Amino acid sequence: MLAKRIIPCLDVKDGQTVKGTNFVDLRQAGDPVELGKAYSKMGADELVYLDITASHEGRKTFTELVGRVAANINIPFTVGGGINELKDVDRMLSAGADKVSINSAALRRPELVNEIASHFGSQVCVVAIDAKLVGNTWKCYINGGRIETEKNLLDWAREVNDRGAGEILFTSMNHDGVKTGYANEALAELADSLSIPVIASGGAGKKEHFKETFIQGKADAALAASVFHFGEISIPELKLYLKEEGISVRL
Amino acid sequence: MDVAIVKYNAGNIFSVVHALNRLGVDPIITDDAEQLAKADKILFPGQGHALTTMQYIREHRLDEIICQLKQPVLGICVGQQLMCKHSEEGDVDCLGIFDVDVKRFTPSVNKEKVPHMGWNSLTALKSDLYKNISEQQFVYFVHSFYVPVCDWTIAQSDYILPFSASLHKDNFYATQFHPEKSGSVGEQLLKNFLDL
Repeated sequence: MLAKRIIPCLDVKDGQTVKGTNFVDLRQAGDPVELGKAYSKMGADELVYLDITASHEGRKTFTELVGRVAANINIPFTVGGGINELKDVDRMLSAGADKVSINSAALRRPELVNEIASHFGSQVCVVAIDAKLVGNTWKCYINGGRIETEKNLLDWAREVNDRGAGEILFTSMNHDGVKTGYANEALAELADSLSIPVIASGGAGKKEHFKETFIQGKADAALAASVFHFGEISIPELKLYLKEEGISVRL
Repeated sequence: MDVAIVKYNAGNIFSVVHALNRLGVDPIITDDAEQLAKADKILFPGQGHALTTMQYIREHRLDEIICQLKQPVLGICVGQQLMCKHSEEGDVDCLGIFDVDVKRFTPSVNKEKVPHMGWNSLTALKSDLYKNISEQQFVYFVHSFYVPVCDWTIAQSDYILPFSASLHKDNFYATQFHPEKSGSVGEQLLKNFLDL
């Protein structure tokens, strides 16, 4: 049976892992390669590395890091941050990444999704969506949650599904860093409307939140960062708990 | 040990190279008939479209070269599919090493998502390729087409229906999943292949 995936996310700045709470207040959390190796040994199913560096020099450092991750880690990993065109995708895949995650660039130019899918295959293309519930509408945001767009979550997710995205990584900005659980209602709506897997992101604070997002949220995978980085939730214990709760996980 | 990876127009062979490096093997990547013939082990990995990869393979006469190999050969992912007789992906005749046709996954009433992507468990394990690997271990898959269970199936997985996670006939072995991305289980399988 296909397993639900647990995915630690590593935000990387200048070669170091950091994690923000509500997108600000960065804290250090170790060397990205060593941390990734440790997660892989603990039973993480996949890793996501997000480059949050803005400078050209930082981008080069990140590409080198992707190469080191590929050489050292034997589970799939996705990279994101600063991917704006096909040549960025090519650079990341050539460095050894399995998938790339695009966010603002897709909202600015949706054809990028079609281009990645036709050049490299849908399985490579993860579309990350940062959305915030404003009134009754989930609005999509770009530039790390700083700029609101006209698109709403469900329409945009359906559009990128049709354009050839392989997966949706949905981060609820309302839930991110708050540790009160994932945005399960919106997640379930996405799962019911799309033909591709959905990764839940934003809001994990305890083991029960993972169970809830897999059951109520119908998520295929759950991503979290700080609860793993700071040891608040141990991945082996989390997986045992989920198995006891009747959820298919890889042990 | 000389290990060669078949060079053709399929993507993502870096991770196979890295996985072999972690096992202390430095493979060569080549489409040269002589170099392939003298290697101890050959890997035929890759992601890609069956039609475009088969066209490339025929143009470069790699079809004859691959079918005549005598040493252990391991096809991975689209490599396994290309070793079959025919693929529904692009309606193309393939290498025909395994006399079975590759089909497209069709979601059932449960509306399963295609591609089948993620970690799934292995059952009905046979062959030395699965030495020290127990039933129900998980490996990593990414595919929209599958090989039905057949006479050459040495491992099964279940998604929508039971299918061939792995095949073996004579010196030819294949996996639908990616051992190079399947953690310690995948590492054991690659070790087993190198030990054949």
